[in-house]
Amino acid sequence: MRITLNGSEENLAASLTIAELVRAKNWQPERIVVEVNQEIIGRDSWSKVLLQEHDQVEILSFVGGGEN
Amino acid sequence: MNDHLEIGGVKLTSRLFLGTGKFSSHTFMGEVIRQSGVQVVTVALRRIDFASEEENVLQHVPPGCVLMPNTSGARNAQEAVRIARVARAAGAGNWVKIEVISDHRYLLPDNYETLKATEILAQEGFVVLPYMNPDLMVAKKLKEVGAAAVMPLGAPIGSNQGLKTREMIRILIEEIDLPIIVDAGIGRPSQAAEAMEMGAAAVLVNTAIATAGDPLAMARAFDFAVQAGRMAYLSGLAQTNQLAEASSPLTGFLR
Repeated sequence: MRITLNGSEENLAASLTIAELVRAKNWQPERIVVEVNQEIIGRDSWSKVLLQEHDQVEILSFVGGGEN
Repeated sequence: MNDHLEIGGVKLTSRLFLGTGKFSSHTFMGEVIRQSGVQVVTVALRRIDFASEEENVLQHVPPGCVLMPNTSGARNAQEAVRIARVARAAGAGNWVKIEVISDHRYLLPDNYETLKATEILAQEGFVVLPYMNPDLMVAKKLKEVGAAAVMPLGAPIGSNQGLKTREMIRILIEEIDLPIIVDAGIGRPSQAAEAMEMGAAAVLVNTAIATAGDPLAMARAFDFAVQAGRMAYLSGLAQTNQLAEASSPLTGFLR
């Protein structure tokens, strides 16, 4: 199954929930914000949202930055 | 002196806001915040770098500090609104610094898109602090649509040139009944003090501190300068004269 992950195409072997994707990728949950098709998915819903073919997934985080 | 700045229901005693970019590490940035008494910091939201082990910057912001996520990277109002919503959903509070930039040479803000984003986000309950090119009419409209403060630039971002827009900022301070926070371009503590003497409510500094030889000491220098400038403003500056005016008596000379 193909999704777009942070702008790059990604092939997933199976259909995954967001929680499963986060675990598989070894991301630290407290560090990230997840958006699917421009909709913010709260951490409570990660295990309920099953990723679909062609989903646009954004994994975001806060970084240092003031003015730029 | 019982002097504080109130924005979005929060009472601040420090009028030095800090940008968190360009520091050598997040830990060091946290130390700078603690030692300079800064109470408001701005952070950016980005796609995660899967190759990097770097931690979330928020873990290094001392508790009690107000987070002001910025919408840097947004090229129009719609993108700014999206970033602000994501930041709030991520638990960064309801303050947002609107930053809409499509000019990559001078990084000058797009006042029109900024106004649109401010209106939408203020209606959604955000405490909106728009970064803007100092224009009186735009500042008036920003107030009308619900901005909590207005943040005019002193000079292009990261340029350290000081208050190139001095006269326009003076006009905003005089005419706009909102806190005016000078954001961008301040390169030296003396320039921060000057903005405060003029009646700015606060200044936002990043590059001038983060890229100084000793950022910790420079942050403290800015803190002193902001306090000195504020105290001078509140004290009522003496007037300037064309000619000399003796300060000792002009009688009783020894001759």
